[in-house]
Amino acid sequence: MADYSWPEADRRAQIGARPARLDGPVKSTGFAKYPSDQNPSGLLAAKILTSPHAHARIVAIDTSAAEAMAGVRVVHVIQGEGSEIQWAGDEIAAVAAVSEDVARDALRAIRVDYEVLPHFVTEEDRDRAPGARAAGERAEGDPDAAFATAHRTVERTLGMPQMAHMCLEPHGQVCSWDGDELEVHASTQAVSTLAGQFATELGVPASQVRIRTEYMGGGFGSKFSPDRWGIVGAELARKAGAPVKLFLERDQEVTVAGSRPSAFARIRAAADEQGRLVAWDSDSWGSGGLPGTGQTPLPYVFSRLPNRRTRHTSVPTNLAGSRAWRAPNHPQACFLTMAVLDDLADELGLDPIDFLERNLDLTGRPDTYREQLGIAAEMASWKERWQPRGRTRAGAVQRGLGVSVHTWGGRGHSSNCDVTVHPDGAVEARIGSQDIGTGTRTIVAQVLAETFGLELHQVRVSLGDNVYPQSGPSGGSSTVGGVTASTRRAAQDALREVLVHVAPRLEAEPEQLLAEGGRVFVDGDSSRGVSWREAAAQIGGAPISVQGRNPGRGRLISSGVGGVQIAEVEVDIDTGVVHVERMIAVQDCGLIINRRLAESQVYGGLIMGVGYALYEEWIPDPVSGRLLNADMEFYKLAGLVDVGSLEVHMMTGPGYDERGVIGLGEPPVISPGAAISNAVANAIGVRVPYLPLTPDRVLDALAGRGGPA
Amino acid sequence: MKGRRVTDDAKRSGFSRRSFLRGGAAGALSGGLTTGLLTGEAGAAAADSEATETVGPGPVDVELEVNGATHRLAVEPRVTLLDGLRDRLDVTGPKRVCDRGTCGACTVLEDGRPIYACSRLMIESAGRSITTVEGLGSPDAMHDVQQAFVDNDAQQCGFCTPGFVVATAALLARHPAPSEPEIEAGLGGNFCRCGTYKGIRAVIAGGEGGGVSGG
Ligand code: FES
Ligand code: FES
Repeated sequence: MADYSWPEADRRAQIGARPARLDGPVKSTGFAKYPSDQNPSGLLAAKILTSPHAHARIVAIDTSAAEAMAGVRVVHVIQGEGSEIQWAGDEIAAVAAVSEDVARDALRAIRVDYEVLPHFVTEEDRDRAPGARAAGERAEGDPDAAFATAHRTVERTLGMPQMAHMCLEPHGQVCSWDGDELEVHASTQAVSTLAGQFATELGVPASQVRIRTEYMGGGFGSKFSPDRWGIVGAELARKAGAPVKLFLERDQEVTVAGSRPSAFARIRAAADEQGRLVAWDSDSWGSGGLPGTGQTPLPYVFSRLPNRRTRHTSVPTNLAGSRAWRAPNHPQACFLTMAVLDDLADELGLDPIDFLERNLDLTGRPDTYREQLGIAAEMASWKERWQPRGRTRAGAVQRGLGVSVHTWGGRGHSSNCDVTVHPDGAVEARIGSQDIGTGTRTIVAQVLAETFGLELHQVRVSLGDNVYPQSGPSGGSSTVGGVTASTRRAAQDALREVLVHVAPRLEAEPEQLLAEGGRVFVDGDSSRGVSWREAAAQIGGAPISVQGRNPGRGRLISSGVGGVQIAEVEVDIDTGVVHVERMIAVQDCGLIINRRLAESQVYGGLIMGVGYALYEEWIPDPVSGRLLNADMEFYKLAGLVDVGSLEVHMMTGPGYDERGVIGLGEPPVISPGAAISNAVANAIGVRVPYLPLTPDRVLDALAGRGGPA
Repeated sequence: MKGRRVTDDAKRSGFSRRSFLRGGAAGALSGGLTTGLLTGEAGAAAADSEATETVGPGPVDVELEVNGATHRLAVEPRVTLLDGLRDRLDVTGPKRVCDRGTCGACTVLEDGRPIYACSRLMIESAGRSITTVEGLGSPDAMHDVQQAFVDNDAQQCGFCTPGFVVATAALLARHPAPSEPEIEAGLGGNFCRCGTYKGIRAVIAGGEGGGVSGG
């Protein structure tokens, strides 16, 4: 049986190259039609009325005035009398009307009587949480004895709040019915799995639900399900007998459509005289809204630390449930761990890189981290420029360096891909995947072009539609491995079939033939060959179509990566303002398909990381239970001028390439919070215990106050 | 559990986009929080027209030019330029993200000047010429700035890209080699969630794929 593999390094034309993303021109000209840009004829606009109360019971709801308004087509009650509302922003009713403005007018005409109930939204205050529950306790070795005999111990209470996904394209969809067939243009990360979820809720067979997502404006882990507004949108369209567009308003998007759980912890960690970690004790808690949270993986990366005890408490709040956010749980665990280790290094009088290196055998990838720490330190001129903590310069502006390490899996998900070779030489792939901005369309095309020895413009990729073969949702850095493996298998099989047809003409065996540079020829004698077009013409009148799958045979993918990041910051100790001057990322991800797009993923991770390190947090109001910053003025993203200079080093070549393809979306976003916090501690001499590192928190730390989270 | 009985009846507040725009403009003039284009003359113009002329609430005839084509349509005065472009004229390049003058995704040129289309009423643009990202170039004939966005991978999901392209084109038209403060003034009002600023910097400065001036 034929086997599957990537070409050797010296035979790669596409893999590892830097072609521009194929959908760049349609995106940069505004010609790309996103789900929210779809305007089918007869379209109605829908809006959702949400609860202003964080905890309440609906006593009465009166929609009659809204129903009587001109231009209103359907009013739909989502949660009626007697329903208990558990968070502000929960959906109460929806209206479909001839325009958004009319729909908004109609929402204002709906009268809801609430019985307001007590709420709790400030999970950092664990002792007051009504629903806090133990969520796991583990112990190994003898932490108490190890702490008793340790050389140095630090104890810290640290934390980071809930933050929003803040996708720029809000969640939502356009639903159109044709009889009992539903078509949904959805802004989703899960083209192939959405239909079944719509179907179950709507009582139609999944085979009658079409999902289309040619482009979408960001998901980051928050767009895997139809959500209640998806089902409501389909119901409104069915009742109205017209297509309905329903996308969340920005305040709804921030409040209900995606947040990352918070994480707080009281941590003790200890080392011996050689700077070896000997004991760990953490008491962590956090919230992901109403569902609470699961255990944060502590201690992070240094998971073989002997003598450790971890306890976790889940704290439910009256806030909308959290969603997977790029590298779920990792940025939190990374910050909590790396901040404590950095403080312990300071306590020991050690350079933090030296301290990490002394303990790498407690990690799963000591060799990778050692190599990466060396490269990152070199890029940062760490040896010359790092100084022990504290003010090292005259004046208010202090500089500091910080380091962090992280890990991620990134194994390719299940994926199916149809590859077709037409007798005229046209080659196409159809795959039920989605390009969420990571470049999926482009890398699938590269794999096709590589396999058939063609140029990118000679192959065609169709994705973003569930009529194509099932491919997994884009989450957990699983897409690149899944789609490249299924595409490669299909393409190699299809090529073998073509070569069987061509071989007699070249008086050779199929196994002797190569497809490279737009030709098919005999390995070792390129004069015995034909153009790709001629080769394809040999297959006869019907196209060859082959499906490839992942998982499958051949070592095309694997998982498990390490990364190191270094941050350099300036802190104004008079104002508390932190500016990131420079971020360095050293990252492995196995075999890289597109260097340019891989680097873009890492830059993007660093930039998002600067955002959550310095600015981003949900701010729930304890009195009203509502978010105080459900907008983009007070929920601040990092801007172009906030991110400093960014440098990326990808680990490639021998030792990395032969591992096959591994995902990259999550790893680079894990370390920035820790690295930047450590750089600030290095600059000002004290730990700012909470993220984001806002001026008030920095000034509190400088004044010796822990300050409120 | 005994609760407080309240009625949520939004009619009482009488809150509307128009009062918001008025409030926003006043806030900006008194040094408030609005960082965008409601400051200065646009805000003053909004306040002025309010004082001198009353239109609506029913539809009003508007004529304006969009990407070189003249359009006549009847819109309610409360319809923003952005919604009018997207919903009435199917010009969907400009995106609606924050809908209140913070993120820049809706940036278009009005008589050559960059504005936030979400923070302008369509009737205010009557008689003016609007250029959206689609009007700068097309996939087969891209504007230099659009080409540079492609070459420098200054886009991921691409949802912020139309606004950034228009704002960058406007910046470079005024300052071919912008200083840091000019970059901050020109692009500080646009946000990207995917994190494409490295590529956008390269567009301005001339990076891997060549900047706009560097070719
Ligand atoms: S949508 Fe206009 S500035 Fe954000
Ligand atoms: S490219 Fe996705 S928001 Fe900028």
